Amino acid sequence: MTEARVGGQEGTGQEEIGQETWSQRLREWNPAAISEVVEFRGELTVTVGQEYLREVAEHLRTDPSLAFDFLSDVCAVDRFPMEPRFELNYHLLSLANRQRLCMQVRVRGGVHPVVGTVTPVWPTANWHEREIFDLFGLRFEGHPDLRRILMPEDWEGYPLRKDYPVEGFR
Amino acid sequence: MAPTTTSATGTTQTMVLNMGPQHPSTHGVLRVVLELDGETVVSARSEIGYLHTGIEKSCEALTYSQAITLTDRIDYLAPLSNNLGYCLAVEKLLQITVPKRAQYIRVLLTEMTRIASHLVWLGTHAMDLGATSVMLYCFREREEILKIFEMVSGQRMMTSYFRVGGLALEPPPRWLDRVSSFLEAFPSRLDEYEELLTNNRIWRLRTQGVGVLDPQDAIALGVSGPALRASGVSYDVRKWFPYSSYEEFEFDVPTSTESDCYARYIVRLGEMRESLKIVRQAVPKVPSTGPIRTEAPGIVPPQREKMKTEMEALIYHFKIFTEGFSPPAGQVYQRIESPRGELGFFVVSDGSPKPYRVHVRAPSFVNLQALPKLAEGRLVADLIACIGTIDIVLGEVDR
Repeated sequence: MTEARVGGQEGTGQEEIGQETWSQRLREWNPAAISEVVEFRGELTVTVGQEYLREVAEHLRTDPSLAFDFLSDVCAVDRFPMEPRFELNYHLLSLANRQRLCMQVRVRGGVHPVVGTVTPVWPTANWHEREIFDLFGLRFEGHPDLRRILMPEDWEGYPLRKDYPVEGFR
Repeated sequence: MAPTTTSATGTTQTMVLNMGPQHPSTHGVLRVVLELDGETVVSARSEIGYLHTGIEKSCEALTYSQAITLTDRIDYLAPLSNNLGYCLAVEKLLQITVPKRAQYIRVLLTEMTRIASHLVWLGTHAMDLGATSVMLYCFREREEILKIFEMVSGQRMMTSYFRVGGLALEPPPRWLDRVSSFLEAFPSRLDEYEELLTNNRIWRLRTQGVGVLDPQDAIALGVSGPALRASGVSYDVRKWFPYSSYEEFEFDVPTSTESDCYARYIVRLGEMRESLKIVRQAVPKVPSTGPIRTEAPGIVPPQREKMKTEMEALIYHFKIFTEGFSPPAGQVYQRIESPRGELGFFVVSDGSPKPYRVHVRAPSFVNLQALPKLAEGRLVADLIACIGTIDIVLGEVDR
């Protein structure tokens, strides 16, 4: 195997890129796509417009100065009754630059929102998106296999939504 | 197994077989829907959710401190790692730091957890492949670790020992002696396992070249932990984003470039030795006295003694256990290196005493996605080896 260097084992000779620098780089690349940049407790969260999701995702992964090749996690948050109601948080990691970033997307669309999939960019998103579909009811357009994953197939409702009681509907 | 049948038109027919959810080598309640051509796996689809208990939903109905007990139950083979991940996330939200003594004890115990978890993995994985005696030895050593956990926290498995701001209890006197005697005994035991397996011809035949996962695929599929490192990517959260004073400990990150089941076995055995190294450094580092909890009125329960003499302490104690504490609104993602990989806790606060959302990035859940990549095109018997080396815990997969 010749790919032993993927992770950048040495950890030396890497320029320290400040978080502001890349949020600025992102803005310069497409000012319209980035609506907000927040730093909280040392973690940078970049809010991306729903329609730019796929474009930004691809840029984040392929641009060598960013190279966010590892998608750790996708997590949905229900802000019921606010609109846009759902937030998607993509926790990214760059194995080459040892950097992390959270890409946030606010999803409009009421009770049955639809959002684009990032599975072609990061294949690991497959199960994360299925889980979100299962528990939050967000549809991912273009997902190869959008089925419930944790709940039974015939389950009604989306348990992690805020208007779903903890003890369930009886 | 039915032989490959050829129909009149000359096309090959495949057979669909359910492996699990009640199958000893699926390590719990994993169901794999196999499409078989003879004994060759054409496709393997994991069906999960049999152990889904809605832990993330339940957390939203509990206060921040109460939710700690649920984190034990996510990955029941490494409860302390889960406690640590969650507590660190909440501590990050609250911006409190934990006293050094508590940090070292946390490191010591999570590394013991790693050894205990890897022992269960080794024992069950070896048993799946027919080496039954290894399992008995592994459980003997794990028992010693569980006894240390019991000594410290009062519980063998569902410890809930780490709390927001520090530890639950003062560890009993002379507990480190017990850790030291474990440290003395364990290396030779580890050599014993290696003697049984590492150069064992059957073991090598069953694992070498089986379940190869290219580094590119591993990264694309989000695989982390020993499975990723066995593919040559040295991503270890303890080194990359140190937490709980890991930067003060010297240890190596075992990697391999073979990317097969045998490589994952070698990497995990190496990790056990590295964990021993960390524990060995931690034992003299842990001061015998000193605070185990940070001073944070209104967040961390006051000392028992203070409650008897100070009015404020009594009030805080009452408020912490009736209302809980309210971190400022915001969201944090805390990743730690659990025995299975990157364990992430995403905690969202809306400024109330209950978490608005707790999400667990469960390494088993993500790693299990790689199963088709490992097993497709190989024999059913190899699938068993592959499931074994991914090291899944279904409690964590399904949450």
